[in-house]
Amino acid sequence: MINKPHVDWFALSPSLGLIGVSFVLLLVAVLVPKNARKPVAAFLAFAGFVGSCALSVLLYDRSAQAVTAVHDAIFRDRWSALAQVLLAGSGAVAVLISYREKMREEHIAEYYALLTAAGAGMAFFVQASNLMTLFLGLEWFSIALYVLTAIDIDLIGSLEAGLKYLIVGAVGSATLLFGSALVYGTTGQLSFDKIAAAGHGHDVMLVAGLAMVIAGLAFKASAAPFHMWTPDAYQGAPTPVTAFMSSATKIAALVVTYRVLTTAFPHDQRLWSGAIAGIAIASLAWGNIGALVQRNVKRLLAYSSVSHAGFMLIGIAAANALGARALMYYLIPYAAMSLGAFAVVAARERELGVPVTLHNLAGFGWERPVLGISMWVFVLGMLGFPLTGGFFGKFYVFAAAYRHGWWWLIVAGVIATMISAYYYLGIVRAMYFRESAELQLAPAGGAPNRELLLSAGVLICLVVTVGSFFAVQPLIDVARHAANALPL
Amino acid sequence: MHWLTTILIFLPVAGALVVGALPLPRYWVGSLASLISLVEVGVWITTATKFDFGSASLQFSQRRSWVSDLNISYHVGQYAFSVWLVGVTTVVMAACVIYGWWVGRERARAYFSLMLLLTGAVVGVFTAQDLLLFYAFFEAMLIPLYILIGVWGGAERLRATLTFVIYTVVGSLLMLASIVAYGLQQGTFDLTKIGPSNSTWLFLGFVAAFAIKSPLFPLHGWLPATYRESPPEVSAVLSGIVSKAGLYGLLRIAIPKFPEVVADWRVVLLVLASISLVYGSLLAWRAPDFRGVVMYSSLAQSGLIVLGLLANNDLGLDGAVLQMVNHALMSSALFLLAGMVERRTSTGEFALLGGMARGRPALATVMMTAGIISLAVPLSTSFAGEFLILAGAFQQHWAWAVIGAGAILLAAMYMLRAISAVLHQDVGPAVPDSALDLRGGELAVVVPLVLCLIGLSAYPNLISGHAFGGNRAITQVITPGGGYLTPTIDHAAQRANLTTCTKSGNQGSCQTVLVSAPSGTTTWTRYAP
Repeated sequence: MINKPHVDWFALSPSLGLIGVSFVLLLVAVLVPKNARKPVAAFLAFAGFVGSCALSVLLYDRSAQAVTAVHDAIFRDRWSALAQVLLAGSGAVAVLISYREKMREEHIAEYYALLTAAGAGMAFFVQASNLMTLFLGLEWFSIALYVLTAIDIDLIGSLEAGLKYLIVGAVGSATLLFGSALVYGTTGQLSFDKIAAAGHGHDVMLVAGLAMVIAGLAFKASAAPFHMWTPDAYQGAPTPVTAFMSSATKIAALVVTYRVLTTAFPHDQRLWSGAIAGIAIASLAWGNIGALVQRNVKRLLAYSSVSHAGFMLIGIAAANALGARALMYYLIPYAAMSLGAFAVVAARERELGVPVTLHNLAGFGWERPVLGISMWVFVLGMLGFPLTGGFFGKFYVFAAAYRHGWWWLIVAGVIATMISAYYYLGIVRAMYFRESAELQLAPAGGAPNRELLLSAGVLICLVVTVGSFFAVQPLIDVARHAANALPL
Repeated sequence: MHWLTTILIFLPVAGALVVGALPLPRYWVGSLASLISLVEVGVWITTATKFDFGSASLQFSQRRSWVSDLNISYHVGQYAFSVWLVGVTTVVMAACVIYGWWVGRERARAYFSLMLLLTGAVVGVFTAQDLLLFYAFFEAMLIPLYILIGVWGGAERLRATLTFVIYTVVGSLLMLASIVAYGLQQGTFDLTKIGPSNSTWLFLGFVAAFAIKSPLFPLHGWLPATYRESPPEVSAVLSGIVSKAGLYGLLRIAIPKFPEVVADWRVVLLVLASISLVYGSLLAWRAPDFRGVVMYSSLAQSGLIVLGLLANNDLGLDGAVLQMVNHALMSSALFLLAGMVERRTSTGEFALLGGMARGRPALATVMMTAGIISLAVPLSTSFAGEFLILAGAFQQHWAWAVIGAGAILLAAMYMLRAISAVLHQDVGPAVPDSALDLRGGELAVVVPLVLCLIGLSAYPNLISGHAFGGNRAITQVITPGGGYLTPTIDHAAQRANLTTCTKSGNQGSCQTVLVSAPSGTTTWTRYAP
């Protein structure tokens, strides 16, 4: 007789719901007639993400006490539930952006199946409470993303991007696995809190394991120097996939990083705090300097996402309650800005039929006023200007660093922001200061489609970006309740 | 009643949204925006008439908690000097919006909604009583300015916006770092509650932002390209209004919140101000074009105003506030006139201009009046302002007053040279005979500004006597204690000379007291001897 653990189905519901939708979508791929497949699949995926989002909200509401569930395999707490809300929300917006993407129709249901599977994997990943589920979740969503990156074989570079992502991502996963093995070897424990309880201090093997775990997670968060895949994968992947990756992967990876470090390695806090601060500074430097010279907008935004990983890692390096709050808050406007910016890029791409560069963005702001103003708001938010949540995001991570006593992290962040002004405002310049007529850009297929779904997605992102500036307090309260689940 | 400040900030913002959203033809967009900006002036007049200038306290204030865990609030309100700065903002912005309407700017909906947004942001800067809110408005000014220059500017506008933005963003981010550290140190971001700090680094962060905005030598590198490439009404706003945000920051934050550091750095800042004054005047004297003269004279004027702000006495502070208002009116009038000349001749180069007075009496009269007032001819309001500033600086040390007086001489040289190069001498090659005199619309824009100057010339005490309320100078604004620190601190002996000044009627009296800090403490009792 095997002892079955008690399964807390409710705690698992956000990821189970999504994976269920993913299975249904695979059936849709073969059972639904071809002409109805796309709307049905997209609707199911959207409904799946929205449903998962609703379940996560419920889970957040009913998990005031942080507990482990399913035989200590997963956490049921507000930290993961809030992350799941953000993940599912990002997924829903990604579906809206995807709908009109020019893709081979025969595999459209599989596309949505993979998207929901990736979402399910991330939702599971953020709940992981031991090294086994951590690795399982990581591989689950990574494999789905590898395929998604390469799914559009008609798009030049998509396959190449997928391959690069696969190889580098596999190295990252292997690093994480190796690190986990070392940690397990030292402590004899798999679950995070027992690793902490085993408390082996500065054992060389444990420290090496910790370093490799950090590196493995930093690969996924695309923090420098583990970001090498990011520009290529972001540029090559279909734009809606890039949008989803840039927001959701970052949410999952950073939330888990904070959780693993504080829960499993509280004794080595001085060590990982310094290491994360180093990675943060490297990401800020590399991301911003790399972005300065980019002409392709997707690639530029990829480097910008590296620099944002740096900003959010400042919150982790601070290793205090304010830092956890800062990270969670920062993720909300960041996810919206990132999704929104890539959505606008997708709109321009479909209009022109070529990759979007700073050159061919010319005049876009005047031709499509709503999308133009939205893009304007998104890049200003990434720059950290007031009237967008990006401002308070940066403000909070700086405040966290200050509380920790590391004013030099603030200085690094401020310098990085100064550099970033050049390329973020460069996008505004490209959209508004030049006429498209001078460049004689010809739209690919006549007048552009009125993409209601994409516009709806952009508007949602706009509302979140601006709303998070005015409604700081409620969001911070939510983030604080989430952060209470961490042992800080 | 206490809603008035909030209305002043958000009326133009709401107007901007309406103007931007309504699909009206260009002419109607312009008239709607002009109407909104005039209503804004009306709201300000209401504020000023209801304001109690006898009281030194914060009025029309409103406070709502915004982020409670860091003690950030939406806190706005006005001191007497804020009222004057807000007033001049609304007046100048109205003139510039109407000018934009008259000129018929392309892409009217975007243009006018950005101008109105800018109005709201500047008023916000002058009335915010929370550091975070102040920063938000300070940064919000940049967004419309960036687009206004980049889209409607001259041929070299891309380079101009780049320089402008890099300077400004660097400055304001240094300020942000200071704000984070200062606010968390003190546990609040509320300007009326936050205590003084003695950190040099924080002080320098603030000063960098304000010195770039003002601008102050050597941080004026963004000036030439930006002022030359902007549309004239945007240059007018930049030099008239936006630069005052930097000076206001010095007056409201940098000087009162860091009394000890200011004392240490006073000479450095006074030297920089003097260099701005003299160097700016010399550059203006040698400038080859009309806009060059006005923009470098702005550099000189902000040097002069900083001289007054740092004089550390009632005379200097009263004069500085008066001169801020004067300069806002003068330089915006002159920039608008420069734009009007450029519309007729398509150049501002002195070599190509000349002889425009003949047959154009309105242009000659208006330009002459504005020019004469701005060179601080006796009996003019700018003479009153500069005199107060110099008298204040004299009390600090006679050398500052000598430098200032010398620079006023230079002002006469550059301004008369500019006027004569445009209006008199031989008719320049770029001046067509068909060039018209000022039209009704142009007069409607620029004459009210000049009339304000003439009115103030008759009664400058309206501002200089009512800038700080009650019978006390800025000390009341800084602290309820009613005193401020003189520069002489003897750190070794832990003693300081504290000067308390009071004013009753027009008579002021100061009393200097030697105080010692209790042994073992490092913080000085700064305000109450």
